[in-house]
Amino acid sequence: MALDARIPEGPIAHKWDNHKFDVKLVNPANRRRFKVIVVGTGLAGASAAASLAELGYQVEVHTFHDSPRRAHSIAAQGGINAAKNYRNDDDSVHRLFYDTVKGGDYRSREANVHRLAQVSVDIIDQCVAQGVPFAREYGGLLDNRSFGGAQVSRTFYARGQTGQQLLLGAYQALANQIQLGNVKLHNRSEMLDLVVKDGVAVGIVARNLMTGAVTSHSAHAVVLATGGYGNVFYLSTNAKASNVTAAWRAHKRGAYMANPCFTQIHPTCIPASDEFQSKLTLMSESLRNDGRIWVPKEFGDERPPGQIPEGDRDYYLERRYPAFGNLVPRDVASRASKREVDAGRGVGPLKNGVYLDFADAIDRLGRHVIEERYGNLFQMYERITGEDPYVVPMRIYPAVHYTMGGLWVDYNLMSNVPGLYVLGEANFSDHGANRLGASALMQGLADGYFVLPATIGDYLAPQLGSPPVTTDDPVFAETQRSVEDTISRFLSINGTRSVNWFHRELGKIIWDNCGMARSTESLEKAIAEIPALREEFWNDVRILGEGDTLNQSLEKAGRVADFLEFGELMCRDALHREESCGGHFRVEHQTEDGEALRNDDDFAYVAAWEYTGDHASPALHKEQLEFENVHLAQRSYK
Amino acid sequence: MKVTLTVWRQPGPSATGRFETYEVDEVSEDMSFLELFDVLNDRLIGKGEEPVAFDHDCREGICGSCSMMINGRPHGPELGTATCQLHMRKFQDGAKITVEPWRAASFPIVRDLVVDRSAFDRIVESGGYITAPTGSAPDGNLILIPKAVADSAMDAAQCIGCGACVAACPNGAANLFTAAKIMHLNLLPQGQPERWERVTNMVQTMERYFGSCTNHGECQTACPKEISIDFIALMNRDYIKAQFKQRRLASQRG
Amino acid sequence: MTKVSEAPKARLERPVHPAPKEGRRRPFIVEFYGSAVAKKWLMAVTGIMLMGFVFAHMVGNLKLYFGEKSLNQYAEWLKEIGEPILPRTGLLWILRFALLGAVVIHIVSAAQLTRMNRRARPDRYKAPRDYAAATFASRTMRWTGVIVALFVIYHLMDLTWGVGGAEWTSGEVYQNIINSFERWPIAIVYIVANLALGVHLYHGGWSMFQSLGWNNGKFNDWRRMFAIGFATIVVVGNVSMPLMVVTGVVN
Repeated sequence: MALDARIPEGPIAHKWDNHKFDVKLVNPANRRRFKVIVVGTGLAGASAAASLAELGYQVEVHTFHDSPRRAHSIAAQGGINAAKNYRNDDDSVHRLFYDTVKGGDYRSREANVHRLAQVSVDIIDQCVAQGVPFAREYGGLLDNRSFGGAQVSRTFYARGQTGQQLLLGAYQALANQIQLGNVKLHNRSEMLDLVVKDGVAVGIVARNLMTGAVTSHSAHAVVLATGGYGNVFYLSTNAKASNVTAAWRAHKRGAYMANPCFTQIHPTCIPASDEFQSKLTLMSESLRNDGRIWVPKEFGDERPPGQIPEGDRDYYLERRYPAFGNLVPRDVASRASKREVDAGRGVGPLKNGVYLDFADAIDRLGRHVIEERYGNLFQMYERITGEDPYVVPMRIYPAVHYTMGGLWVDYNLMSNVPGLYVLGEANFSDHGANRLGASALMQGLADGYFVLPATIGDYLAPQLGSPPVTTDDPVFAETQRSVEDTISRFLSINGTRSVNWFHRELGKIIWDNCGMARSTESLEKAIAEIPALREEFWNDVRILGEGDTLNQSLEKAGRVADFLEFGELMCRDALHREESCGGHFRVEHQTEDGEALRNDDDFAYVAAWEYTGDHASPALHKEQLEFENVHLAQRSYK
Repeated sequence: MKVTLTVWRQPGPSATGRFETYEVDEVSEDMSFLELFDVLNDRLIGKGEEPVAFDHDCREGICGSCSMMINGRPHGPELGTATCQLHMRKFQDGAKITVEPWRAASFPIVRDLVVDRSAFDRIVESGGYITAPTGSAPDGNLILIPKAVADSAMDAAQCIGCGACVAACPNGAANLFTAAKIMHLNLLPQGQPERWERVTNMVQTMERYFGSCTNHGECQTACPKEISIDFIALMNRDYIKAQFKQRRLASQRG
Repeated sequence: MTKVSEAPKARLERPVHPAPKEGRRRPFIVEFYGSAVAKKWLMAVTGIMLMGFVFAHMVGNLKLYFGEKSLNQYAEWLKEIGEPILPRTGLLWILRFALLGAVVIHIVSAAQLTRMNRRARPDRYKAPRDYAAATFASRTMRWTGVIVALFVIYHLMDLTWGVGGAEWTSGEVYQNIINSFERWPIAIVYIVANLALGVHLYHGGWSMFQSLGWNNGKFNDWRRMFAIGFATIVVVGNVSMPLMVVTGVVN
């Protein structure tokens, strides 16, 4: 099947406006006849649900959290980009578009990215109107900072809690609609399958996590805003419950999974301290503005950092990238750290980190300035490691942070399954092979507030007069039975190992073989090991308790089972992509200096995988990427 | 390290619960308190016992899921810290630690240490928003907000909704949560049109679910974001004013 | 497993306090009093009235130290203020009724809020609590309040109605006080009750600012100072009287 991205005609700057004029509309009086299910209440889900309800659609929201406000968008620290040009530093929609395409290493769809840059401006206005307390200057105007190596100040922020504040804004808008009766909220309700009838998405099957009740829900359209799959690595900065289940079950029902190998590794996380480590904590990228990254030159230098003289230190980023120094993009900084640690120059008890040193900055600016800028981050670091970063350099190491890949969607954000829309991190569309800092929040809100509400009418309008397929339809009973069978199967295995053990094992396989650097050999190894682990899981996992109560092992079992399938596809995608780009680094494809080497001739496409019923042979569909407005160039940060 | 955990076990909302004691050894002091529970649970599963259910998610102190009463204090002994950010190095080797769920009539126990905090959502739904439908917003810089006001609103808006304030309050009151939610919006210029309506509705909803404030100050000490009870005073002031306000004249200054 | 159906009502949480009946509009005062925040506000307002009384009462009675004539004259003057526009003891009765009203509102609100709070946490913590901020004073308000209330009744019986057991003559305020306080168990009752009053004022004198919403970074530190100062002055003044009498310094 050919993938039609349905990119509108016309010059890039007019595509979105033209498209909005061309899409079919639903009359305001008719909107209440349409029912839409939104799964997930992060930035994308909550903003979409609220906006659709404001338009007049009947919305049903599912979140597996106890409250919509707890979705993992809440943990984003840094900020949100918008091409406002409040700083008079020559920012523009076109520049944000250009930076995003380039930063994504030319693997994103131009039209989508341009639209993202266009609506970024409206997002800020919308959030301010909702009462998001963005940082202000003394004159009362919005404050901006430059972020993640961008050359303009376009990042809006609310202390180190921008994600939290934006999510609360969207959640409050959602709460308003719940109060008005336009949205029906199902909390602690986890989507476990997509219901597809005659190739069209008609509803979902969900399990109430408190009572164990499995129920069917039907609608005219289903919107997935269920986040990324970073937890396939087990250790990541994602929240513990973040998972691929909703997206994966949709994939198994026909939706294509695009570019799953594009995962982002964030360079500044706190390294794992022991085998019990359950997750990694991100330290804001802004720390690299003042901190200097180094390792001892000598292998196995056991001296405490303070006693290692300047001459024995290797400030490897400054040495290798004199122009950008410590501020090189995330993927470059991450790989450089890995190189040092792999070479045996790592620091800390487990030799698994590099130093991020503020001594120079403290000498130059004074401790109070550093305190003002990073006080809360330093405090967080101290709390986690028990070390005082004002005295001892921080130890950092890269960790999985964001996943650019996801379900394939067209320009309208609809997947190849009609009626199934995918928003936010769960789709693949805007970040290519690497996401820029402060762009995830922008994309989630763009999709939810502005894109979906404008495009969903195009699908719904022709269905006027036809009610949604009812849950009495056999297709619902069938889907529900398969969900219930899986649950019963989990509970009946009664093996010897905990779900967590399998997750950790899978994480090790993926991190070692499909992490920051990938090779044919490592990927083939992973592809051999994962099915074996999967089989062991289905024979030996131990899930105690019942299905009709809160059962956290059971919940997690379903998620890990899906990761065990998804992980294999991710490795297969990484193996097929014979090039290095953005977060995907194949050791076979690098320049003489060890930089990523893209292959635009053969791989300037989106790899969309179709589930064929056999994990070993997914079908590949290609969406060729056309670059008409951005000139393809090799990134260089020397 | 080795610790003795006494944990509240309750199989379901209407079941009777009781304390169970577990010895956990080989505890690393770099572990977080929740990782201690991960280890405990893995060992329980190994022994064929059901693991302890507890709420957790982001494990970086911002989602507000974790909720444990540790040695008689919500989120444990460390000030300004959620359970997930509490590390074992804060405890002595051989420590005896008692853990029970939040207790309040409107936080019914779902299982073990998991409680249902949906009552907080009901409070927010009753008015914790600014009605600003998507699409109608003016430019963000058209509304000037003095830095001090934005900072103060942010101080309130930091609330993570964990419920420690209710858990800590001897009266089971939710005034700190509600005040933080109300004052975040009532301090901002955008929040003014709905200010009096908001405070009235949210306070009245809060009072249907929770107890009343008698100014102990336990809540601000328990709060992982150290939100000040000053906001409760501001909420009280706004609530009383709202009762006497002639709403049709609300747009007049003073 | 369940059949195909709409999601069941899985919400566990429900309001613990009854909602006001829909429909009929209730009079403003009933509506207002229905709220706990308003009750606390009323408790603060009535608390201020009672604090004013306690303070004036204490200052007036310090005339004890200026001799019999001074105190008795003051007592007589209390009956005369407001004359001639009001009849003799007119204003005094107005004040008495106002105080009685304040006491009733203060106590009834407190009792209703206590009930509300009990309902808000029917199951107490099973392990001991480790309070971090709540003070002895804040946690014993209802007990110190009860002690003070019972004491006030006895105090009225003793020195206003003359049925407290000591020899009592109307108008002979000074002598009545001496007669009463010379009994050491009664002096101790007075002292203990006033200490309880002090503890009550220590929390109440600060807490009322919160309940009234008087909050400003510029004077917040002074609120606690005020409460400490006020409680101390009242306690020292009031306790000194039975103490001086029972030790024989004043007779």
